[in-house]
Amino acid sequence: MTNTLHRYGNEQNLRHDFIVFAIPCRGYNDQDSVPKLKRFLRLACQYKPVNLGDGSHGSIYRPAKRLNPLAHWFRKSDPDFEAVIEGVNSPTTVAAVFDRKEPMEEFVAELRKADLGLSINISALIDRAQECCQEVGLARHSVEYSLGFMGRTDRLADRHVLELSTMCGHGMISFTFARKMIDWVKEGRRTPEQACLYLSRFCSCGVFNPTRAKEILEEARHRNS
Amino acid sequence: MIIDPKKCVACGNCVAICPMGAIHIDPVKKRATVNQDECVECYTCFRGMSTEHLNPTMVRTIRKLGGWFRWRFDPEPDVCPTAAITEQELTWPRIVRRAFSDPIVPHESTGVHGRGTEEVKTNDITNRVGLEEAGFTVEFGRPTVGVRFWQIQEMTTALARTGITFEQRNPVTSLMTDTSTGEIRTDILNEKILSAIVEFKTALVNVPAILHKIQAVAKTLDTVVAVGVSARCDQEGENRLEEILIREGFTFNRGKTNLGLGRPSVEMAQAHVNVG
Repeated sequence: MTNTLHRYGNEQNLRHDFIVFAIPCRGYNDQDSVPKLKRFLRLACQYKPVNLGDGSHGSIYRPAKRLNPLAHWFRKSDPDFEAVIEGVNSPTTVAAVFDRKEPMEEFVAELRKADLGLSINISALIDRAQECCQEVGLARHSVEYSLGFMGRTDRLADRHVLELSTMCGHGMISFTFARKMIDWVKEGRRTPEQACLYLSRFCSCGVFNPTRAKEILEEARHRNS
Repeated sequence: MIIDPKKCVACGNCVAICPMGAIHIDPVKKRATVNQDECVECYTCFRGMSTEHLNPTMVRTIRKLGGWFRWRFDPEPDVCPTAAITEQELTWPRIVRRAFSDPIVPHESTGVHGRGTEEVKTNDITNRVGLEEAGFTVEFGRPTVGVRFWQIQEMTTALARTGITFEQRNPVTSLMTDTSTGEIRTDILNEKILSAIVEFKTALVNVPAILHKIQAVAKTLDTVVAVGVSARCDQEGENRLEEILIREGFTFNRGKTNLGLGRPSVEMAQAHVNVG
């Protein structure tokens, strides 16, 4: 998921942002991958991820296509982990997002034992991922480094908007919507938790980190970008 | 994407949702309207918004009454109350927009969702990027700025002149008419997409020259370019790319780490041996 490679942020607010994902390789191990992908997701659930996703079907927070008008006052927004697991029906990328290093490391250790044969990657600060490898007793196979943005960077949004928007690297969270949520939190029209839910529903791969988003919104409430 | 004028109540919720800013409320028609040239068919509005299926006439009447009395109703911001956002049948070349902008749709050329690339995420199986090599992912239009193929071609032709070889299993490469020159088929050059990734690899020693070339070309493009560089690690999990990047003045803190747990399935491994 290059989707997760270029998350914008500083070392401090990226320290608690970990995405562990499994990907089958087309033509090598994709044909029998569906049960393994489901197993990956089930194992992840034991370590309390803050989000879970399947690149083809969505995350634990999904839009509703038949909302009752009362939803404007009483909207059900419980995460649905089972929908993600049951939804995997073809080779795809699946991901689990963690907001703490320890459970992420325990999950990676469990994956090592499970020996699924799928490619497993950690998308995070490079030194934090390396620490995890050392802890679990793995040597890194390959590393991809994000060198950030070049070109017309003046067309990008401000810091807080970028931090929220790039948590869906596929660009499903628009700058305008991220800005709107920051403004609504500032105006007291929504809580950071509610704003996080709106934003989460647009990230169809489930790699959006609601815990980090809440921290960004809290910071944006008190500070200018 | 189109917005059904019979259903739209001009609530404006979809305006903020569109990553390309392609939706506005037409002041004359009083309906949300999509600028078809700017729309990249990412389906963010269609798929991402929740819907209610309310009666449009009823909603318009309530909104009109509320407007007269300056009532402020604070609706959910991610809901289309009348399910007015409608798919349209996409034909060539417009269909390319969706292929590169909607992450749910797998690319025909690679079978992979999103931007359709595996990069070093499966390098533990393919060994595509070997020791003493560097893999590049040059992404255009990200985040939420967008790009047209003629802008991507500016970069691919410049890179081709440096002697690199584009990754075959990549959606942009599959649209090139000549991979030795980096030229992209002419009928899609003006199509706008959310983002695309160009992939290739070089010897480690060429990394500085290639990165400076990318920087130079990126400065001339009216879009944003995001660059990733990858390396295969040795048995201790170390690689020489990091010191090259630091020496050349590039800063980085985030990345993707392949843990090396992947392997081909028994049947496929046997098939590859037989083919070999």
